[in-house]
Amino acid sequence: MDFLTWFVIVPVLTVTAIIFTKNMHQTRMAAAIGMSVQLILAIVLVFVYLAERRAGNTAEMLFMHSYTWFESLNITYTIGVDGISVAMIMLTGVIVFTGIFASWSVDFLSKEFFISLILLSSGVFGFFISIDLFTMFLFYEVAVIPMYLLIGIWGSGPKEYSAMKLTLMLMGGSALLLVGLLGIYFNSNAEGGNLTFNILEISKVQIPIEAQRFFFPMTFIGFGVLGALFPFHTWSPDGHASAPTAVSMLHAGVLMKLGGYGAFRVAMFLLPDAAHELSWIFLLLTGFSVVYGAFGAIFQKDLKYINAYSSVSHCGLVLFAILMMNKTALNGAVIQMVSHGLMTALFFALIGMIYGRTHTRMINEMGGLMKVIPFLGVCYVIAGLASLGLPGLSGFVAEMTIFFGAFQHTDTFHRVLTIIAASSIVITAVYILRVVGILLLGPLRNNEYLKFTDATWYERLSTSVLIAAIAGIGLAPLWLSDMISESLQPIILQLSQAMLP
Amino acid sequence: MNLESFLLMRHEIVLTIVTLIILIAELSDAGKNRLIWISLASFFVVTVIGFLPVPEGSLFGDMYRSSHLTTMMKNILNIGVMILFLQTAGWIKKPEYENKVSEFYMLILSTLIGMNFMVSSGHFLMFYIGLELATIPIAALAAYDRFKSISSEAGIKLILSSALSSGIMLYGLSMIYGTAGSLYFTDVAVSSLNGPLQVMAFIFFFAGMGFKISLVPFHLWTADVYEGAPVNVASYLSVISKGAAAFIFTIVLYTVFYSIAEIWKELVYVIAVITMTIGNLFAIRQKNMKRFLAFSSIAQAGFILLGIIDGTALGMSTVIYFVLVYIFSNLGAFGVVSAISVITGKENMDDYNGLYKTNPKLSLTMMLALFSLAGIPPVAGFFGKFFLFTSAAHQGYYWLVFIAVLNATISLYYYLLVVKAMFINKNDSPIAYFRSDLTTRAALLLCVIGIFFIGFLSPIYEFIKMLSIGM
Repeated sequence: MDFLTWFVIVPVLTVTAIIFTKNMHQTRMAAAIGMSVQLILAIVLVFVYLAERRAGNTAEMLFMHSYTWFESLNITYTIGVDGISVAMIMLTGVIVFTGIFASWSVDFLSKEFFISLILLSSGVFGFFISIDLFTMFLFYEVAVIPMYLLIGIWGSGPKEYSAMKLTLMLMGGSALLLVGLLGIYFNSNAEGGNLTFNILEISKVQIPIEAQRFFFPMTFIGFGVLGALFPFHTWSPDGHASAPTAVSMLHAGVLMKLGGYGAFRVAMFLLPDAAHELSWIFLLLTGFSVVYGAFGAIFQKDLKYINAYSSVSHCGLVLFAILMMNKTALNGAVIQMVSHGLMTALFFALIGMIYGRTHTRMINEMGGLMKVIPFLGVCYVIAGLASLGLPGLSGFVAEMTIFFGAFQHTDTFHRVLTIIAASSIVITAVYILRVVGILLLGPLRNNEYLKFTDATWYERLSTSVLIAAIAGIGLAPLWLSDMISESLQPIILQLSQAMLP
Repeated sequence: MNLESFLLMRHEIVLTIVTLIILIAELSDAGKNRLIWISLASFFVVTVIGFLPVPEGSLFGDMYRSSHLTTMMKNILNIGVMILFLQTAGWIKKPEYENKVSEFYMLILSTLIGMNFMVSSGHFLMFYIGLELATIPIAALAAYDRFKSISSEAGIKLILSSALSSGIMLYGLSMIYGTAGSLYFTDVAVSSLNGPLQVMAFIFFFAGMGFKISLVPFHLWTADVYEGAPVNVASYLSVISKGAAAFIFTIVLYTVFYSIAEIWKELVYVIAVITMTIGNLFAIRQKNMKRFLAFSSIAQAGFILLGIIDGTALGMSTVIYFVLVYIFSNLGAFGVVSAISVITGKENMDDYNGLYKTNPKLSLTMMLALFSLAGIPPVAGFFGKFFLFTSAAHQGYYWLVFIAVLNATISLYYYLLVVKAMFINKNDSPIAYFRSDLTTRAALLLCVIGIFFIGFLSPIYEFIKMLSIGM
C-alpha cells in the first residue's frame, strides 16, 4: 500500500474500531488514538516531502500512484501531493486532532458522533490527495453528507433547518461542479488522445475557449459555494451557528478550504483562458464578500454568528487572492487558507468551551469572563489578534502577502478592489476588539460565573496545539511559503501562458 | 425441441417448470411453510441456472433472440426477484393469506416469464405478448388484499390503465406494420422511418412504454396503485417491472428506432426533464411511505432516461448498471418499509420518528438505501447516477445534466426527510424494537452488501460495458 492512501485508510480503520467499542470512554479513546496517528502521519508527510524536494525531485506531484478503476471510462484512483496539498493535509490533521479533544465531553450518541466526524475527515483527506477529478468529486461529497447528521442530531438552535439548508446548498453547488467536471472530461481529448479525469494530463491539453467559457463559471461557482462565495454563502452562518463545536471547527477550518483549493486546482488550473476572461466578475463578488462579511460580523450578537460572518470575509479573501492570479497573491491565498483554518478552529473551539459554561452565546448577556476563566480568555484574545492580523501571528503573514500580491497589478480596477478589500482589516479590528471588550474585560454580569472552572486538560491540549500552530506560522512563515511557492510554479505557468494572445 | 433451443430459452423454460411445480405442490396439500420454502429453493435454482454460460442464438425464425446482453438483463431481474422473495416470506405467512401463498408466487413468476420473453424478443408480436404476460398478473397481485377496498381499487386502476396503454401501443405497432410491412425488429430498423406516420407510430409506442416505466405524463396510476397494493407488490412493480421495461425500451430504441435517433432524443430530453421534476416535486409532499417511494421511483425513471438519451454502448451499459444498482437500493428501502409494515402495520413517515433509538439496524439500512437512491457516495447509487450523467454529457446535453443534478438535490431533500424522521425527530411512542424473521434479514443484508460493493467493484460495470459494446 502506498503512503498517501493511508490518509484514507486510517480514518476508515478508526471508524471500524469505534463500531466495536462498548462505551463512551472507549469510543473517544479510539477516536483520539486514530486521529493522533493521522496527525503523526501528516507531520511525517511534511518531513518526507521536504526531504524529497531537497534531494532534488522536481516532479509536479510527489508520491504519485495510479490505479485503474473504471477502465472503459478511464477513471483512475490517482493520488499525489505537492506543497499546497501537503499544507492542507497538515492543517486538516491538526484540526481533526484538536476537534476530537474539543468534543471530548459529547455524551449523547457519542459513538455515532465520532463515526460521522471521522468519516467526514476521511473525505477531506481523500480530496486533498486526489489528482483524479472523479475521485476528487467522490471525496468531496463524502465530506459534505455526514454534516447533515452532525448538525441535525448534535446541533443547537434551529438545527434541522440549518442542517438541511447547508446540505442542500452544498449539494446544489456540487450540481454545478459535476456539470463542470463532466465538461472538462469530455473536452480533455481536444488535442487527440483519450478522455481523462487526470488533472495533470488535462492541464497539458488546450481546452477550446468556448468550452472554457461555459464550464469555468460552473466549476468555479461549484467550488465557490463551499468557499462561501457571495451570494452563495448563506448556508454558512446558519450552519456554523447550529453545528456542535467540533463540527464548526472542521467545517470552517477545513471544509471551506476544499472550496478554495478546488477553485484553483481545478477551475483556474484546467481552464486558465476563461479564468482570465471572467475573473473580473468573480473579483467583484469576492471583493464584496470580504467587506460584506466583515460588516455582517459587526452587527451580530451571537458569538458563532460573528465568527461565521468573519469566515465569510476571510474565505472571500482566499478566493479574492486566487483570482488575482499572480504568484504572491496565490501564495498568500494558500497561507490564508491554513491560517484561517487554524484560527477559526481555535475560535469555534473556544466558543464551544465558553458556551459549555455559560449556556449562552449572546455577547450582551456575558461579561468579565477574563476574571473567571483566564486561560480561555487569553486564548480568545490570541485568536482575535491573529484574526485582525497582528504581526507575529499567522493572519498577518497571510493578509500581507495577499494584499502585496494583489497590488502588483498595475491597473486601476485591481488596485481599487485591493484597497477596498484591505479596508476589511480595519472592520475586523472593530468587531474583534468589541467582543473582547464586552465578553472578557467588562464587569462580571452574573455571580454564577464565579463558580466556573478554568480549562480542563483536554481543552488545554486542544487550544494549545492550535495556538502553537498559529504562532509557528506567524513567527517562521518562510518554510511554509517556500513549500507552497515551489508548487505554485506549474499553476502560474499555466495562467501566464493563457495570458499570451 | 432440441437441447440447444432449450439452453437458449433456459430462463423461460425453467421458470415455467418452477411455476408448475408450485402449482402441483399446492395441489398436494403441502403446508404454507413448505410451499414458501419450495418456492424459494426452486427460484434459487432458476437464478443459478441463469448464470450458465451459453452461446448466443435465436429461435423461431428470429422471433426470440438470446444474447449475452439479454442473459445479463434476465439475471439481474432474477437477482432482484430472489431478494424480493426473501423479503416476502415473512409477510405472506400472515394468517389472512392462508391458501393464497402459491397464488402469489405463481403470479409473480408468470410476470417474470413475460418479462424474459419481452427482453428477448426480436419481433413486435413476441414483445407484445411478453408485455401483456408481464402486466396482467400484476393487476391480480395488486388486488391481492382482496378484502381491502383500496387494494381492489389498485388492481382495477392498474388493469384499466395498462389496457389503455396497451391499446395505444398496439395502435402504434399497427402503423409500424402498415408502413414497414413487417414486425421483425431487423426489418423495421432498415425500413425508412422518417415519414410523419412512422414518427406518429413511434410516439404511440413511446407513450405505451411510458405507462410501463411510469414516465410523466403517463404516471398517474403509479402512486394510487403503489399505495393500494401490498408493499411487496408495490416493490415488485417499482423495481423489477420498471427495470424490465427500461431494458426493453432501451433495446428497442437503440436497435429498431436507431435511424430516427435525432427525433426520439428530443422527446426523451423533454420527458426526462418533466418526469424528474414532477416526480420530485410530488414526492416532497408525501406522508405515506409507499406513495413517497412511488413518486421517488417516478423521478428515478426520469434519471434512467438520461442514460438512454446517449444512444451508444455507453448509454446501454449505464442504463443496465443503474437498474442493477436501483434494484438493490430500492429493494432495500421497500424491504424496510415491508418489514415494519408486516410487524406493526404502520406505513406513514411520522411513524418512523425516533426509529433509530429502537431499531438502529433497520434505520441504518434505510438510510443507506435512501442515500444510494439519492446518489451519495461512497454507496453504489453515486456510481449509477454519475455514469448516467456521464452518458448524457457524452452527447453534449450539459443543461440536461444540470437539471438532473439539481433534481438529485431536490430528491436528497425528501430522502433526508425520512432520515431526519428516523434519526432526529423525537417520538414518545416510537415503533418498539422487533426482530424480523430470518429471510427478511437475509434479504436486507444482501441489499446492504449490494449497495456497498456494486459501486466500488469496477469489474461489474466493465463487464456490462463489454457486453453492451457487443450489442
